[in-house]
Amino acid sequence: MKYAYYPGCSLSGTGLEYNISTQAVAPLLGIELCELPDWSCCGASSAHLQDHTLALALPARNAALGEEQGLSLAIPCAACLSRSKAAEHAVKTSEDMRAQIESLIDRPYQATYPVKSILEIFIDAGLDTLKENIIKPLTGLKVASYYGCLQARPTDFMDVDDPENPQTIDTIVAALGAEPVSWSHKTECCGNSHPIAYPEVGGPLVNRILEQAEKSGADCIVCACPMCLGNLDMRQKALGKKRGRPFNLPVFYFTQLMGLALNLRPKKLGLKKHFISPIPLLSKKDLLKRIKIKKVKNKPADTPVPASESTETPTPNPDNKKGGPA
Amino acid sequence: MKKVGVFVCHCGTNISQTVHCEKLAEAAKTLPGVAFSTEYKYMCSDPGQTMIKEAIAEHGLDRVVVAACSPRMHETTFRKCIDSGGLNPYMLEIANIREQCSWVHSDKDKATAKAGDLVNMAVAKVLKNEQLPSSFIPVHKRALVIGGGIAGIQAALDIADTGYHVDLVEREPSIGGKMAQIDKTFPTMDCSACILTPKMVDASQHPNITIIPYSEVEKVDGYVGNFDVTIRRKASYVDSVKCTGCGLCSEKCPSKKIPSEFECNLGTRPAIYSPFPQAIPNKPVIDRENCRYFKTGKCKICARVCTADAVNFEDQDEMVQIRYGAIVVATGYTLYDHSQYGEYGYGHYKDVISGLEFERLVNASGPTMGKIKRPSDNTEPKNVVFIKCVGSRDKARGHDYCSRACCMYTAKHATMVRDKIKDSQAIIFYMDIRTPGKNYEEFYLRGVEEYGVTYVRGRVSRIYEEGEGENRKLIVQGEDTLLGKQVFVDADMVVLATAMEPQPDAAGFARKIGISYDQNNFFSEAHPKLRPVETLSAGIYLAGACQGPKDIPDTVAQAGAAAAKVVALLSKDEMETEPIVAKVDTDRCSGCGFCIPICPYKAISFTDLTERVHGSVAWGPTGKEVKRQVANVNNGLCQGCGACTVNCRAGALDLLGFTNEQILAEVDSLW
Repeated sequence: MKYAYYPGCSLSGTGLEYNISTQAVAPLLGIELCELPDWSCCGASSAHLQDHTLALALPARNAALGEEQGLSLAIPCAACLSRSKAAEHAVKTSEDMRAQIESLIDRPYQATYPVKSILEIFIDAGLDTLKENIIKPLTGLKVASYYGCLQARPTDFMDVDDPENPQTIDTIVAALGAEPVSWSHKTECCGNSHPIAYPEVGGPLVNRILEQAEKSGADCIVCACPMCLGNLDMRQKALGKKRGRPFNLPVFYFTQLMGLALNLRPKKLGLKKHFISPIPLLSKKDLLKRIKIKKVKNKPADTPVPASESTETPTPNPDNKKGGPA
Repeated sequence: MKKVGVFVCHCGTNISQTVHCEKLAEAAKTLPGVAFSTEYKYMCSDPGQTMIKEAIAEHGLDRVVVAACSPRMHETTFRKCIDSGGLNPYMLEIANIREQCSWVHSDKDKATAKAGDLVNMAVAKVLKNEQLPSSFIPVHKRALVIGGGIAGIQAALDIADTGYHVDLVEREPSIGGKMAQIDKTFPTMDCSACILTPKMVDASQHPNITIIPYSEVEKVDGYVGNFDVTIRRKASYVDSVKCTGCGLCSEKCPSKKIPSEFECNLGTRPAIYSPFPQAIPNKPVIDRENCRYFKTGKCKICARVCTADAVNFEDQDEMVQIRYGAIVVATGYTLYDHSQYGEYGYGHYKDVISGLEFERLVNASGPTMGKIKRPSDNTEPKNVVFIKCVGSRDKARGHDYCSRACCMYTAKHATMVRDKIKDSQAIIFYMDIRTPGKNYEEFYLRGVEEYGVTYVRGRVSRIYEEGEGENRKLIVQGEDTLLGKQVFVDADMVVLATAMEPQPDAAGFARKIGISYDQNNFFSEAHPKLRPVETLSAGIYLAGACQGPKDIPDTVAQAGAAAAKVVALLSKDEMETEPIVAKVDTDRCSGCGFCIPICPYKAISFTDLTERVHGSVAWGPTGKEVKRQVANVNNGLCQGCGACTVNCRAGALDLLGFTNEQILAEVDSLW
């Protein structure tokens, strides 16, 4: 399946490892991601506070560009996804809004190709395909799947299995051989940008999620949103200090865990880009074993990607290698 | 010469603020056939009706048009009025200038013009009206009450006390309904069993009441005064005549771990069981699904221990048909299933229970003998949180309506927690506190002031579990809107005040017996204010929560009202029928029979007609009388819906009071 890949701003910055792991994993599962040319900002959390129509037109432009190519957008970031689905919903439900949006973006947009999250795309590709390609099952890893607000809500336009207890990430985690824990704070708010602007409001929100994940017995958290990961990963140190007991819950993107099970190199998955390093946990669980970290360290620059690459990557050979970030 | 009187009503300002009533009455004077026209503030009031009667006498009117509210509201009123004024009651037409004009329009001139058209039409129609004679049908003096909860029991007792015989049909093995499961009743805290069980005994011993337990109404045929009701007596596998109710069979039954419906699955019962010790009739039934004999073909222990030889494994469902004059529907309610609330754990948390489950936990005859113990580990909860409006007043997941009884029973539950567990805390999350009943507000305040129940105004957004075993607790996360803060409460048990909703089969049942129901599947009363216990189907009445959420006092009051209506009906030897029925013009009828299947009341059948020529019997070439089949309408069954008249190809069927000629006259009057 071919998709117009829309990385959005976060994935070239804070969410870099989401970007590289997504692009590394997708081809292994027969998913072709072609970066959407000339993509623009989705408006994220700012635009819809300022101007409703503009906030719909911004993501609509990207979806319209995809439509011109006859492709659905594939979106990793939950905020981009939410805004794009909101635009899609508006265009589908209001002729009037569609006309306004079309005049703002200077091109037609009929919402004929549904906007999809990377998560949906991997689920659509089939869990069986995923299972067949797994080389190193993540046995023994207890994972708390965290969806945050935007993957599951609002139900008006987010195609979600269950807004209170979603299962999509859990099914992927289970397919990878890891153990998804049952816990209560899957869809609680991580505070979005509040942990930065208002730490006294945002801090406790993050703290609650971390504590519940801890209590559920999970070794780590897995999510599908750069903002959620940023908050949960980056705040652990300060929050641990505040409560007098450190947190040690590595936070992954689900694509990183997929890459791990598909036996990709940690560097290709950006596993070293976390504040709470997942390496000790992964070593402890014996999940780094097949990856030759030493070899990678010996080479100062990793750009040429020599023959070792092909030996490491499992069965279906990826035909397009868009390794690094844009 | 036909003389029409037109009477325009202001309905206070309901009509007059959007329609120029004076102009309308003035304009009506110029219409053909109109001999008199006037307007008045309240035409339905005594002076208004007197005005009509006097005008009939003074101006020699022979037909009347009243321009007022919907005929559903006051057609009967005005029919009676002109009847006592000396006219046939069907020489009346109503022009609905309220619901269909003043209430829905704002431009006064346009609304007046439209009201003028409506009056025009009514005058054109009334000129074609014929005098319709009423006929009389006999009334069968026996009543049926469907549902043996407190509503049904009360209605049955009230009817039976006046001397008429009542059959009380209950689908469970015992009468008693939900009230039998409840522990105490607000606001007096009488024990529910102490006030209900004597009534159950009264019903069972009353010479005029026959209790038909473990049975369901299958079909209702016939019409007011003469309903033919088919009742399915479900196979109970126990001969209720032989059975002495000793209970030995239940004691010896080897399948004992079946969740008891009566105990809300918090306790168990055997496969041969009576729902509770005070059951009436106290005769057990066999639950075929769970009976060892029916599952494996071996066992029959109950039959062996029965000294009365009452167990009969060959028992089968049995259909009985009985004729009744009137029916009271008192099928009650069920509770909203909170497993639809994902944020409250989808019903997976054992210690998140419904209000009715709590009733069983505090009930002295319940599974815990009245000691409040939480279901997960049977320990006494210290912190109990109550959440109101679960499924009520929630458009997203539940129902729009308020369930009316929850504020009060939650206040009762919290008070009981504080009373029974001294070092406990009872916290109620609420949206509003609604206590509109005698001594209700005082009851709620007593809970707060004397028992120290805590009320937190806000919704609970999530409940989650923490800890294991004894330390297991529920965290209730909600908003205190008065503080403007999120609050987290540690709870040992959470009680949800789940919405009252109609029985799951309510809509199907309503269709089966021919009554209407609303958007929530509660049965509809004929008029929300003036006919609260009647249905739109004559002879069928409503009592209790099947009509809408209700507490016990309201249910009992409504049951009494329904009983009074039944008694009023049964007290007549025969009753007048509505003459607005279909009529066959046998000269035109081709005998095609298309009208027979279309009639929802099965009122049309074929009849043989002997042809006559110039008044004498026509003889055919073979020397036989010439006969043909024509449609025939049973006036007792016909409800005047008119479905047959539009289906008749020959135009032989006409609905009296709404003949084709009358309707065409209305249409013609507009041009």
